[in-house]
Amino acid sequence: MSGGKRRNLTPYLLILPAFIITIGILVPFAISAYWSMTNYSLNRPDFHFTGLKNYIDMFKSRVFWNATLVTFKYAISAVTVELGLGLVIALLLNRETLMSKILRPLLILPLMIAPVIGTLMWKLMMSPEFGVANYVLSFFGQRNFPWAASAKYAMFSVVLVDVWMFTPFIALLLLAGLRSLPVPPFEAAKVDGASNWFVFRNLTLPMLMPYIFITIIFRLVDSLRAFDIPFAMTKGGPGDILMTYQITAFNEVFTFLNVSKGAAYMLVNWVLIYAICFVLVGKLQKWRDRIN
Amino acid sequence: MVSIKRGKNDILGDILLGLIFLFFMFPIYWVFTMAFKSDSDILIWPPKFIFSPTLAHFKAILFNQLSEQSVGATTTVNYLGYFKNSLIVSISAVLISLAVGIPAAYAFARYNFKGRENLFFNFLTFRFAPEMLVIIPIYLIYQRLGLYDTYTGLIWVYQLITLPMIIWILRGYFEDVSADLEDAGLLDGYSRLNIAARIVLPIVKPGIAATSLLTFIYAWNNFIFGMILGGTGVQPVTVAALQFISADKLRFGDMAAASILAALPIIILAVYTQKYLIRGLSLGAVKQ
Repeated sequence: MSGGKRRNLTPYLLILPAFIITIGILVPFAISAYWSMTNYSLNRPDFHFTGLKNYIDMFKSRVFWNATLVTFKYAISAVTVELGLGLVIALLLNRETLMSKILRPLLILPLMIAPVIGTLMWKLMMSPEFGVANYVLSFFGQRNFPWAASAKYAMFSVVLVDVWMFTPFIALLLLAGLRSLPVPPFEAAKVDGASNWFVFRNLTLPMLMPYIFITIIFRLVDSLRAFDIPFAMTKGGPGDILMTYQITAFNEVFTFLNVSKGAAYMLVNWVLIYAICFVLVGKLQKWRDRIN
Repeated sequence: MVSIKRGKNDILGDILLGLIFLFFMFPIYWVFTMAFKSDSDILIWPPKFIFSPTLAHFKAILFNQLSEQSVGATTTVNYLGYFKNSLIVSISAVLISLAVGIPAAYAFARYNFKGRENLFFNFLTFRFAPEMLVIIPIYLIYQRLGLYDTYTGLIWVYQLITLPMIIWILRGYFEDVSADLEDAGLLDGYSRLNIAARIVLPIVKPGIAATSLLTFIYAWNNFIFGMILGGTGVQPVTVAALQFISADKLRFGDMAAASILAALPIIILAVYTQKYLIRGLSLGAVKQ
């Protein structure tokens, strides 16, 4: 980098326009943080500083712990299934069979459809009376499966949609990872007559670990902010079964007009995402070091 | 790579792969065909796989002609209008992000300056913040500033989606361009920015094109910003598609047609961006 050491304003000037645009978004971010420590409500003309009261109230409320449970249940089950299935797909697509070659380019399609639209599509299929999903189940002796309409299966339904939509993301990234692995270790193992399982356990999986961490980080961050899929499916219902942090905050502000509470929810959500990201990025670094 | 013995294992793997893909492709096939079914072919048990196709649902949502089943439905949705909104907002958002993002990405790739990585990381954090965190204050600020329910307001907030992606992905593309090329230009007495514009930019052009398409897809697919910060005048097609549920529970065919129309431009674009997609999807974290 020859422009390097000189004291130079050019890079700052180049970044300035982008920075100005994001400042417009950074400011509201700070306002949100401040409002979470007030009693701001759209029902009231004025508001004042209340310190941590919102947070204390929130941690004592059932609504908050429900949102926490729902968000994590959703995120963990979706990401776990997607990781397992995505890995299987990536390994299968990495073979040079005709089938793999034909199917490879199709994989991105679900991923490119808007989450709201994808959810609508599944809703059409999950209709208890006319849905094709129940038609498929009828061959396995199930009829009138209630899907998202029932408290018992609502979570299952949205996780299924999430899996359908985002497994391709994981599969594509892991496939790219598999293709970038160095060849010599695998050739050596072949010469030694190692079994497929042995190669997978001791070579492929450890070397793929950085990629696995990247996909986990991306998917976890996204699913901890889940909104579109459960909202399009049932608006968070039945009851509060699908009320993730974001949907709960949405209701606080736009149903109960409780701006400060909604902001508090979002701040907690954000801090959690950050903390989890931080830990995982550290782990990722460790795996990278181990490989090099 | 993982060498699986040819023959039996390959066939088993292909069968498994085929079954998995059936799960991923069937919904697209099914909703696509549903959009062309008459209501009497949709509201029937068992579901029909063979039917005579009709354009009634597309006519209904595009030209506000209600299909047979939805007579009595009170809400009509001006779908084409929402389509236009999606186009205006997504394209403008990407263009603005390109205008301010390309110089920034170049600076991050080529200059060594104080606070570089911190600043860079800051742009990523926007990608990771829950949307409601900024929507709540922006909703109230926009109403005061008169930006609520305007294209300008939406385009600005869409920068949250488009700008970090463009800066993150393009930085990688700029870094891939050999620095020797630029040093040669410097020796010839050209200024750095001159070189950037004349030599580097043309090389990165395909990367910029692919990144723009990918960010466009993300902008187009967004739902939450338009739903809360826009009224019916500027809301995108993703918000409109949802109205077919609340309006009337029985409008299956219209919903299917609306979904297909909203997804079609994106699916076509996605086919074109295939090659560059993975790098873009992971914000450059996985290079291909």
